[in-house]
Amino acid sequence: MKLKLPSLPELKVPGLAKGMAVTLKTMLRRSVTQQYPHEKPDLPPRTRGVIALMEENCTVCMLCSRECPDWCIYIDSHKEVVPPKGEGARARTRNLLDRFAIDFALCMYCGICVEVCPFDALFWSPEFEYSEYSLAELTHEMPRLRAWMDTVPPPPMLEEGAEPPKEIAEALKGAAKAAAPAGAAPAAAADGGATTAAASTTTAPAAAAAAPREATPAIHVEAEVDQAVYDQLIAEGKSERVARAKAKSAFVRRRRAEIIAARGAGTSEGESTKGEA
Amino acid sequence: MTAATVALAVPSILEVDGNLWLSLLLKVGAVLGFFFVAPLLVGYMEHKVMAHQQARLGPMEAGGFHGWAQLIADGVKFIQKEDIIPRAADRWIFAIAPGVALVPAILIFLVIPLAPGGFAEDLDVGLFFALAIGSISVIGVLMAAWSSANKFSLIGGVRAAAQLIAYELPLVLAAAAVAIQAGTMSLVGIVEAQNAFQIPGTDIGIPYAVTQGIGFALFFTAALAELARPPFDMPIADSELVFGYLTEYGGMRFAMFLLTEYAGMVSMAALMTVLYLGGWTIWPGVVTPGCEVVGGLTSCNLVGTLIGASVTMGKIFMLTFLMIWVRVTFPRLREDQLQRLSWLIFIPLALLNILIVAVAKVVL
Repeated sequence: MKLKLPSLPELKVPGLAKGMAVTLKTMLRRSVTQQYPHEKPDLPPRTRGVIALMEENCTVCMLCSRECPDWCIYIDSHKEVVPPKGEGARARTRNLLDRFAIDFALCMYCGICVEVCPFDALFWSPEFEYSEYSLAELTHEMPRLRAWMDTVPPPPMLEEGAEPPKEIAEALKGAAKAAAPAGAAPAAAADGGATTAAASTTTAPAAAAAAPREATPAIHVEAEVDQAVYDQLIAEGKSERVARAKAKSAFVRRRRAEIIAARGAGTSEGESTKGEA
Repeated sequence: MTAATVALAVPSILEVDGNLWLSLLLKVGAVLGFFFVAPLLVGYMEHKVMAHQQARLGPMEAGGFHGWAQLIADGVKFIQKEDIIPRAADRWIFAIAPGVALVPAILIFLVIPLAPGGFAEDLDVGLFFALAIGSISVIGVLMAAWSSANKFSLIGGVRAAAQLIAYELPLVLAAAAVAIQAGTMSLVGIVEAQNAFQIPGTDIGIPYAVTQGIGFALFFTAALAELARPPFDMPIADSELVFGYLTEYGGMRFAMFLLTEYAGMVSMAALMTVLYLGGWTIWPGVVTPGCEVVGGLTSCNLVGTLIGASVTMGKIFMLTFLMIWVRVTFPRLREDQLQRLSWLIFIPLALLNILIVAVAKVVL
């Protein structure tokens, strides 16, 4: 008769000790728990906390309400006749907002309404502490939605080297066209200096002549990730997103400085650098 | 032990000469006080240690400072709860089962020595008493399981019974080896014998944990199983049996079972302290400050008693910490693995341990 005895390796003693070591190490590490009500969470600025309404931008187009998968946006409006503007013109109607409400008890924070609004009337705010004791109070009416506007962070900075927003580019182009025939370089330079990336071919040389510092935006450098800076930032504990953005801008800054230095050293060699004016 | 030694034994500090009732009152008060305070400390430690080993913080609000009053708050909550007895349950048995489990857990503390004189009663058969009384708890568990009229409770109760029988043996056998080496069953006597024990041929004192390493490991593991603590918590395995024999319990009665578990941890840790770690002595052979050893008996002034009690409590908390640590680390065993571990490994090892100790005792 053969009695099957468990062999000693079956006890798996080293494995057990390893497990004990893991829990002990975890215990000796500092816990990462945030004591929430006492300690506010450090949320990213674009957190989807609550939706804010800029009511004067709303034209009652109803897009948000119709796109909402939960049908949690309630809009009431009435039409108002605007008297004719001048002689021979006709009276027009326009929509006036009576009620705009979002039921956050239904909302699933998909952000489609913010995305779809063609008139920039809806914004995300990172505020999230608006729990209530009754469901009905989770329906935020216009004044409440308006109040959230104060908590909406400014739009994120454009990455260096990015194209300027369309409306600014158009406006600059128009301004440059108006200014160019008059030969008023300083005016154009002042305009160009207002935004970091005025990629106008006509103003750049003139601006460079007027003020060397303002010329830098004209140099377009293809943004790449500076690996050394990126590694260092990651080592410092920055998030991957932040590190990537900072490494890119560091790269662009460095390239620009190189190009400017090359230009300053000798205009003949300046052409060989990668920068394009 | 001979009668002479008993007569020479240091009396309990709670003994008031010639006043039986006052001594009794003091002893009962001390035991009950210890019973209600120590398990609370262990419970709080479990909350905190478990949390930190799982990279959490645990209770942080109740009482203000790191949630120190969490268990008091829990107790208040349990008291406020409605006392529910299922309609199909055997009312009386269901109602008294928690008491049957709880009372033995209190009684064990009668014989546990915290310091020289720091005990309620020094029974000649202290070890036997502690182990025998401790086994009564299983009857409470079985009563709870049967009277709940719930299949999960019943399965849990049967598992508990099988488990307690299986692990009672290695536990008792390991303890028997200690009694053999010490030559007494009195818990105070075991501490004193351990205090006097030296490696043969030298004057280096060592605790029984060194001479009976196997026994200590067996006793510790079997104690975990006796208490149905993870990784031996098949009787209440929540993923299989809801909560085993506790399924139908709530409120105060549930709290009593919970208290039984924590009191069991303390008493088992105290037993291990006495049997294997040298009890109130800092290290066997080292005389505690404020104490003197005369003829193998330690007697202490107040300071020495307090030091001795703190040393014992320190060892108890070290062992309970180890129990919690093991609980956090290991997953639950399967029922068949549990039985196999006990019958095929632990009991033969325990018998081997007894054999070695007995032979060594006779030879040396």
